[in-house]
Amino acid sequence: MTRFLVPLAVFIVMVAFLAVGLGLNPREVPSPLINKPAPAFVLPQLHQPDKTFSQEDMKGKVWLLNVWASWCVSCREEHPVLMDLAKSNAVPIYGLNYKDKPEDALAWLRQFGNPYTLSIIDRDGRVGIDYGVYGVPETFVIDKQGAIRYKQIGPVTPAALKDKILPLVKELQS
Amino acid sequence: MIPEIGQFALILALLLALTQGVLPIVGAARAIPTWIRVARPAAQGQLVFVAIAFGCLAWSFVANDFSVLNVATNSNSQLPAQYRFAATWGSHEGSLLLWVLMLNVWTVAVTVFSRHLPEEMVARVLGVMGLVSVGFLLFMLLTSNPFERLFPAAPDGRDLNPLLQDPGMVIHPPMLYMGYVGFSVAFAFAIAALLGGRLDATWARWSRPWTTLAWCFLTLGIMLGSWWAYYELGWGGWWFWDPVENASFMPWLFGTALIHSLAVTEKRGSFKSWTVLLAICAFSLSLLGTFLVRSGVLTSVHAFATDPKRGIFILAFLTVAICGSLTLFAWRAPRVGLGGKFDLVSRESMLLANNVLLAVAAGSVLLGTLYPLFLDALNLGKISVGPPYFDAVFVPLMTPAVFLMGIGPLARWKEASLPELAVRLKWALGVSLITALLLPFVMGRWTPLVAFGLLLAAWIIATSAVALKYRLSRHDGNLWARLGAQPRSYYGMLLAHCGVAVFIIGVTLVKGYETERDVRMAVGDSVMAGGYAFRFDGVQEVTGPNYRGARGAIDVSRDGRHIEVLHPEKRVYNVQQMPMTEAAIDTGIFGDLYVSLGESVSGGAWSVRVYHKPFVTWIWGGCIIMALGGLLALCDRRYRVPARRSEAIVAGGGKKRAGVSGAAAG
Repeated sequence: MTRFLVPLAVFIVMVAFLAVGLGLNPREVPSPLINKPAPAFVLPQLHQPDKTFSQEDMKGKVWLLNVWASWCVSCREEHPVLMDLAKSNAVPIYGLNYKDKPEDALAWLRQFGNPYTLSIIDRDGRVGIDYGVYGVPETFVIDKQGAIRYKQIGPVTPAALKDKILPLVKELQS
Repeated sequence: MIPEIGQFALILALLLALTQGVLPIVGAARAIPTWIRVARPAAQGQLVFVAIAFGCLAWSFVANDFSVLNVATNSNSQLPAQYRFAATWGSHEGSLLLWVLMLNVWTVAVTVFSRHLPEEMVARVLGVMGLVSVGFLLFMLLTSNPFERLFPAAPDGRDLNPLLQDPGMVIHPPMLYMGYVGFSVAFAFAIAALLGGRLDATWARWSRPWTTLAWCFLTLGIMLGSWWAYYELGWGGWWFWDPVENASFMPWLFGTALIHSLAVTEKRGSFKSWTVLLAICAFSLSLLGTFLVRSGVLTSVHAFATDPKRGIFILAFLTVAICGSLTLFAWRAPRVGLGGKFDLVSRESMLLANNVLLAVAAGSVLLGTLYPLFLDALNLGKISVGPPYFDAVFVPLMTPAVFLMGIGPLARWKEASLPELAVRLKWALGVSLITALLLPFVMGRWTPLVAFGLLLAAWIIATSAVALKYRLSRHDGNLWARLGAQPRSYYGMLLAHCGVAVFIIGVTLVKGYETERDVRMAVGDSVMAGGYAFRFDGVQEVTGPNYRGARGAIDVSRDGRHIEVLHPEKRVYNVQQMPMTEAAIDTGIFGDLYVSLGESVSGGAWSVRVYHKPFVTWIWGGCIIMALGGLLALCDRRYRVPARRSEAIVAGGGKKRAGVSGAAAG
């Protein structure tokens, strides 16, 4: 009798795994950059292309680096969330304008509003590669020492902001 | 209006499926003849309503009714009519409807061709199939309604995924589903036999042709998918061990084991509980495949839009269906008994060993497919399992299977003698070894892997020839009479086995001798591949019905002699703005020339993929031969005779009815 129960037992174990698997997102790849120094860059600013900006300029501050583009649909989805966050002055948001035309990017910000302290231009996506960007939008939380502490893949949702990003920012700021 | 008719038809089909699933099974258990007789009309009625629903959906697609959400998301007014029709099953919802339609076609086929079977058996089989149908109809109505309306209607649709706008994709899903769903018949027969406690040779004889037919469809379906991937994806690959491919391959492996196991059960009465378990596994893996594709638990190039609610529903359905049948198996199978005894060296033991190898192969494919999920669920990190794992596991498992495949048909049932086998096989072994040693030199280069592959293929063909020779020597008369005396199922088996050999030859020679060149080509540049010179003559703009694109011209020559001009295309479909590669392929029996355009680089130069793929068509040719072997076995006399008898009954009944109605009209 017992040996005839083996297939059933195997199947039940498999179902348990499948049930757990339903709650997981296979597309979400953890970033190897967590707790590592943010990759270095010096890039021109979107609004003042003659000036540059580097991650070095932010030493001693906690900040968000948000990867966005005018062609990215999900960026529109997260945009109101970023606008509210910018208004609350909880943490400065810097934009990495990824593989975009500067004129399109400027028009996009004029149309929807600009939540960014400033945006920098990553026209060919080189810096994006250093940061392991594989989908836009992505958002990095960077601490006072310049290390990446958290990476949000996909749009920043109000829930992710409230439960993960803001508590982490508070903890890092104190 | 039309979509609502479809919706109501689906609801009515669900009610009929419930009737079909409950009354006949209870009726068979309690011996209530009227309930038993409900099975056939309920199944036939269900097909009518499902067909109406399918027709309504197809009409909505063909007539561009963009007030239906499904049409608006998966079609477009620019889409050519034949693809608008095929788009009916291009979406998640539509493909489920196709699934249910196929299930109903199989069910009605069972009602028609089962007149010589006992009524309770038919009632149970149809009841089980009705329950499967209930699950899928509920799934559609609760989580994936194909007729959901969109208000206000969209001005135009978002178009069918350009990857699916292809003749191969029009027939691939129906073929594959015919196979998947066909295993539900074998499953239903197994469950019915377990329920009725009548697990014997007759059960095996009844379910054998259905299983073989389903297996043929599945073989062709997988082959079409592989062929499509080869010419449509532009990489020249034909199998990627993608989770969805694996989802179709696992039921195929179990199905292959099942048709062999059924043969033993029918002929010798052995392996009964093992055969039942295989039938349950083959269908369970079809269901599991559906779950993997639809729920988004695994990443795959085929993934449909995912929705957690759907995942939960299918998982629940899967659990009820499979746990139920495995529990029934654990409860009833121990009482089945063992059947005829057999020796260690006998056809039974070889078939059993082959069965185990096939099942282990399917298990290892399953493990590889689900392994990333297991690790993720246990929080051990994210990995992906790719071709290196599958190649490393699969080849060592299939090698002994192929070896046994050669010996099995020569061995006697019950007990065979090793020395006798050795005598019969020594010529086959010699011929295969010589082929493996010499043929690679003829092909140009000797490598161990090519020699090994050819050894396996030659072994199958040589042993098949030896088996046929010994079989013929047991009959009298001239050669033609002796050839004619063999049943078609025997030729079917030999043909299917040779199909495997052809497949192995294809795989071996492609892997061993293919040339792949990914190069940047400016106008006038040439590149050599497989002895052919390919000259890039630039690209031209083209405009199709619903796309724009660039059409390259590549001049192919050999030793300075012009052969042909190939025209690969790079298309951008207007609606989804998705770039698509249309490879240009010169197909030949000894090899393909394959050219596809990559990206436009700079100054009129393009990155171009130029491949020479020797004998690649043998891969799909082998699959077609396997399926033909299965079909040949189905044409065997013993299936035709009862079928003809039942046809006569049907025809007679029809005439009588026509006469009555004619009299009534008169």
